[in-house]
Parts: sequence; C-alpha cells; structure tokens
Amino acid sequence: MTSQAPAEPIALPATTLAPRRHVLDLDDFSRTEIDIVLDTALAMREVLDRDIKKVPSLRGKVILTLFLEPSTRTRVSFEQAGKMLSADVINIAGSGSSAEKGESLLNTTLTLQAMHADLIVVRHPQAGAPYFMARHLSRTGIINAGDGRHAHPTQALLDLMTMRRHLGSLDGKKVVIVGDLLHSRVARSNVFGLAAMGARVVISGPPTLIPLDLSRTSHSQGSLGGAAYEPDLDAAMDDADVVMALRLQTERQTAGMLPSVREYTRRWQVTEARMGRAKPSALVMHPGPVNEGIELSSSLAHGVASVIEEQVTNGVAIRMAILYQLLTGGELQTA
Amino acid sequence: MTDSQQILIKGARVIDPADGTDEVGDVLVRDGVIAAKGRAVSAPDGALVVNGTGQVLAPGFIDLHAHLREPGREDRETVATGAAAAARGGFTTVCCMPNTEPAIDSAMMVEFIAAKAREAGPVRMLAIGAVTRGRAGKELAEMEEMASAGAVAFSDDGSPVATGHLMQMALTYASELGLPVIDHCEDHSITRGLGVHEGWVASRLGLEGYPSAGEESTMARDIALAELTGGHFHAAHVSTAGGVELVRQAKARGIRVTAEATPHHLTMSEEWVLGVHGAVAPANALELSAYDTMAKVSPPLRTPADRAALIDALRDGTIDCIATDHAPHTFADKTVPFDEAMVGISVLETALGSLMGLVHAGSLSLPTLVHRLTVAPAMVFGGALAALGSLAVGAPADIVLFDPDEEWAVDPAAFASKGRNTPLAGDRLKGRVTLTVAQGIIAFDAAGLTHGTSA
Repeated sequence: MTSQAPAEPIALPATTLAPRRHVLDLDDFSRTEIDIVLDTALAMREVLDRDIKKVPSLRGKVILTLFLEPSTRTRVSFEQAGKMLSADVINIAGSGSSAEKGESLLNTTLTLQAMHADLIVVRHPQAGAPYFMARHLSRTGIINAGDGRHAHPTQALLDLMTMRRHLGSLDGKKVVIVGDLLHSRVARSNVFGLAAMGARVVISGPPTLIPLDLSRTSHSQGSLGGAAYEPDLDAAMDDADVVMALRLQTERQTAGMLPSVREYTRRWQVTEARMGRAKPSALVMHPGPVNEGIELSSSLAHGVASVIEEQVTNGVAIRMAILYQLLTGGELQTA
Repeated sequence: MTDSQQILIKGARVIDPADGTDEVGDVLVRDGVIAAKGRAVSAPDGALVVNGTGQVLAPGFIDLHAHLREPGREDRETVATGAAAAARGGFTTVCCMPNTEPAIDSAMMVEFIAAKAREAGPVRMLAIGAVTRGRAGKELAEMEEMASAGAVAFSDDGSPVATGHLMQMALTYASELGLPVIDHCEDHSITRGLGVHEGWVASRLGLEGYPSAGEESTMARDIALAELTGGHFHAAHVSTAGGVELVRQAKARGIRVTAEATPHHLTMSEEWVLGVHGAVAPANALELSAYDTMAKVSPPLRTPADRAALIDALRDGTIDCIATDHAPHTFADKTVPFDEAMVGISVLETALGSLMGLVHAGSLSLPTLVHRLTVAPAMVFGGALAALGSLAVGAPADIVLFDPDEEWAVDPAAFASKGRNTPLAGDRLKGRVTLTVAQGIIAFDAAGLTHGTSA
C-alpha cells in the first residue's frame, strides 16, 4: 500500500456480512447482521470526524449510482460515502420509464455490469425494480436506495443506528411511526428492521393512508412485520421511546385521500403536547425533508429531542458501512 | 392427413359429458364426424388405429376466451400460432377476443379472422366481435353484421363495457341476435393498481392493489342490466368469492347470467406474485424471484379463499365453464419491472396439466372437469357452438386424447405459442395431451401415435 492517504486503521467489527451481494431490504437481515452494519458504521463515523475524511479501503472499486427518480440527499450521501472510502463513484440520472429513456432497465443493468461496475446503487420509482436488476446480475451487487413505495433499507439502518446510539438496545422499545404509511418505503423497511431488533412498532395515521390489510385485519396477519395500528395518535404516543414522523405529500389531499392538510395537522402532527405522553427521553425522528408545521411542529423539529440532523450524518456512516461490507466482504484491511 | 382420414382410437377411457358416457371403448372418426362410438368398433380398411389404453378420450376442448393478437401484434401471437398452441393443449375450438389492432369491430374484421383460421388448420378459431367501435366505449359496433359474418359473442374485453348505458344497449341488441355480451368486469376508478390483488401481498411488495370490489361492482351492474333487459350477460374470468356469490344469486333469480373461470385463478393465488409457489408468510423475506411479472394477470390472482370458492362454484355449476384468457406476450413485454409489465399468461398449452392438478388433488372429478371444458362452454354460447362438445355419432369429429397421469416439466421454449409468458416455467404438471383431432383432422400428435399404424 502506498502512503498517500494518511489513514489510520478503522476499528471494525470482526464479523462480516459475507457472502451477501445485495442489500434489497431489511427483511432478510438478522439481528446479528444489523448489529454488524451498525458496528461498522460506528467505526465509519470516526472517519467522518477526522480532518482528512478519506481512507483507501475501496480504492479501485467502481460504484455506480443509478437514480431514476429525483433525489439529492440519498444520492449525495452514497456518493460521499463511496468517495470517503476511495471508491470511484459515477452518478447516472434519468427517468424511470424505459419508454422515456428508450432503453429497457434490463439492458441498462446488463450494460452497467458489462462495464465491470462492482456495485450499483439504484433508486427507482417502481417497487421491485432492484429485485428485477438483481435477478439479472451475475457479478455486480445491488443496493436498493429506494424503490417505489416498497423499501429503503439504508434509511432504515441509519434510523436504527440513531436509535441505538441514544437508547442502547432496542429490545422492547416502543417506536411510533406516524403518517402516510401506505406510500412510505422508509416505514416499510423500518418495521422489518425494528422487528429484527426486538422493538415494538405502533403505526398511526389516516386510515386512508394505511395499507388495508393492516387497518382491517389483526396485525399478526398483516404485511408490516408485527406492527400494530392505532389511529388515535394521542393513544399511540403513550410511553413511546421514539416518534418517527413521515413526510406527507400534500398531493394526497388533491388525490382525494385526505379531507384537508389542516385536518391532518390537527389529528396527526407530532406536537409538544403529544410528546408529553411519550417517555421524557423520547426521540423525534423524520426521514426528511420535513414539512414543518405539518408532520412536526417547527419547535420540535429543531428542539432538543430532535435527532433529525444526526440521522443525516449517520446516513453517510451507514452507507460507508454497507459499501465497505459488500465490497470487501468485511475483511479487515489496514491502510 | 386429408379430410377423408379415418381414425380409430381403441381402448381409451371415453368421457362424453354430453350424454354421460364414462367407459372404456373405441371411437371411429370418418369424413370429419364421429362415425362410431362403443366397444369393439372394428377398423375399416385404411384407418389409422391408435391405442388409447390408459388414456382419456374426450370431446375437443372449447375455449371461450383467448387473445390471439392478430392483427396488430403478430410478434405476440398469430391466429396460426394460437391455433397450434390450442391443438397442443387439446382445444379444438377457440373464441378470439377482439382487442386486436385494429379491433375486431366489423364484419370485415370477423371475416379476416375466419380467413386466417382457414389457413391455420383444422382448429376452429371463432371471432368475438367488439361491443363498441374500436373498443372505444362510445358507440355500438355493427353487431348484426358481425353476427352474420360469424361472430359468436360480443365483448370489449381487455376493458369493461365503458358505461352502464352502453352495456344496457348492448345486452338489449345482442339479445335480439341471440348472442351473449361478455364483460371484463372492472371499475377503473377502483382498480388503479393492476396485476396484484389488494391484500397482504400487494402491501408487502409496496404495489398498488386491485381490490375484489373493483371487479364485483361492475359485475353487479351487469347483472342488474341483464335483469332489466333480459339479455345474456357472460362474466369473463370471475376471480373472487364475492363475484361467485353475485352469479349464484343472479342465477337463483332466473337472470340470464353465465360465468367462466380461468385455469390460473383456479390453481394459483396472490402469493405467486412473490415468486413462490408454496406456503409463504408475510414475515418471510422476499426472494429474488419476487415481483414475478409472469404472475401479473388481470384480474389478479386472488386469495386462497377466493380460489377455493371458484373451485366449489365450478363443481356446483355456478361457474359454468373454464376459459383460458390465453394472453401471449413477448419477452420484452414481461422482462421489465412489475408496474411496467403487461398483464396476462400464456395458458393454452398448460391448461389441462394445471387443471388435472385439481383432479389429482380430489377437488374435482375428471368427468366434471371435461364437462366444464367441452359441452358446458358450448352451451354457454350456443349458436354455432351448440353442435360442439359432444362425441355423439354424427357430431363434428373434435377429439382430444390425453394421458391423465403423465408428468412433465413446463418448458416455455417448447411452446407452439409465441407467448412464453407463464409462471409455471419449470413446474411439473401431471396430465398431458397426446392427440388432438379437429374437424376430423389430426391437429396435434405428441408421440407420433398415428404414424405407420394403419390397419
């Protein structure tokens, strides 16, 4: 190894995710695997805090980010993570429809693999697109950076990391997720991750924005892990350890799914008064960007209980951890 | 193979639901008709003799619902490839849905299908005319002219008949012609999602679901209009327990309603979209095979309870018959993310094997299955089909011979259909067609049974 990067070794956990090639959702992650990622991410946070934020671990690796839906935060987070680990990160943007692009996703996928990309980070407006790509790849790995309303596993991992840093073990902790569950890939991935970590999830929000099978059947048969549905947010908040508000797309109102944003705000905004029912140490979280005054009161979003900015920082660390684990098999490499 | 071919099939289990026959015997075909049926039929000079021992001999199957894509999408299927696929599946009569490009909405288009069918061979390919011009849901098509040219029914399938008013007019007008109106029951204001049932699988996958209510609400409309007009409403591809109940109640009230179910709705359920063909729970991790576009079909595969209700309804006759909704698509149509994929399954060549699974599982008797594939669909449409679906002496010689116990692995690459789109690829089925005779002519001969066996 050359000595260009004055990097100290990263203090990594001794266990690895190998032989995992893809990260498509958290539904196939065991608690042990999640702990490995979170432990690796803790080590990566230490790199983030250095003056020279670069280690050579992924030198010579090629990471393509394929974002077929507008996104700045997640793409930049992955790009930064890759670059800090010295990988070459190439960004590709476009539209998610093959009709508009003139090239099918299959051909795009095979082309990127033929270029010997090591990893493809994909954001796609259609649920399941990363599974489709993974099915057709023989060598290259896939990281799902958000597919339709289905999954967003790295967001869920950064949420778990943030919770664990403040609460320690998540066993038996009560996490309330509030808002538009129906369209939320963040919530979908979180319920599986939280279930694996032993947390109890209560979902609250308008019944029109809750999957029918969750609002209509006993939760043990539902599709969202072991989550329970409590439409009354005040009741849902009792003794909560974490309250996670989801972004409300205001076009749900014009689509006839909500009477008004005003009524939503009155019934499901996370407010100081409602936080009074949660545990005194409870965290306020949001995947961002926040519609202040709708999902969250501004004072809460910027208050002491809010860990929203830390979520962003942890997001970089989590993505470094995932890239590192997938591309090195977690083998300890000293610079 | 000529029109004057004589074929004697000996020692098969002859099932003719039209007259209740179910016994080992022989059937002789001559001059395009059933010439003799019974025990120890002797072979005329020059007849091909086929040993049917261990096999089932039945009237050729009749499919009231297939998409043959010609004209317009000959890359997906043509009348000729559809006919070949039908023959391999034991079907001797296939009714073609009019959602071609352009639509089958005129006498000229009906005649086009008839001409293509004559070129294709002996399998009867009959046109279903569109209800509305261009299937656009605005004005009635020229229904009498299509009927005179040979259309056997009317439908805007692929889409529902757009408005209640048009459905009322169509039922009234078709009733005077003695033909049914088939509706693809779907309320588009409810079914924004396509191809997956609104239930736990859709939720698990983050896909917009197609609720049962989206099908049943239009079916209820059509039943009410059949009652109002006295017309014959035939419900296409019923997929829900609620739809079965609507049909059951309508029949009990004497309304002219008939209904079909597809092999896939009778044998598969919503979990197939997860790419898993066995038991699966919501907590299971998704497989890489999830979002299986091959299982994307409209109406969608429903719940196991819906499937059970369909089987019960098929058994008790509430669902009159089986129809394939054969919907061939290209590789490119299906090798895309789920939301972009076309709906439909290529069914003709797997129908019998799938359905025999119900017989082997004890859910349905073999004579009942044969009934729902032969005389039952013939009676549903009546008219030109009324003479079909029977082995009576003098009846058109439409025959299928199949081995009820032969196991085989589905290999779409070996299909005669251009549509290789089936979720059954690689699955093993038990029950396979060995010989199909249509209009007295051998249309499919799996094992070369008829070669060199002249008496």
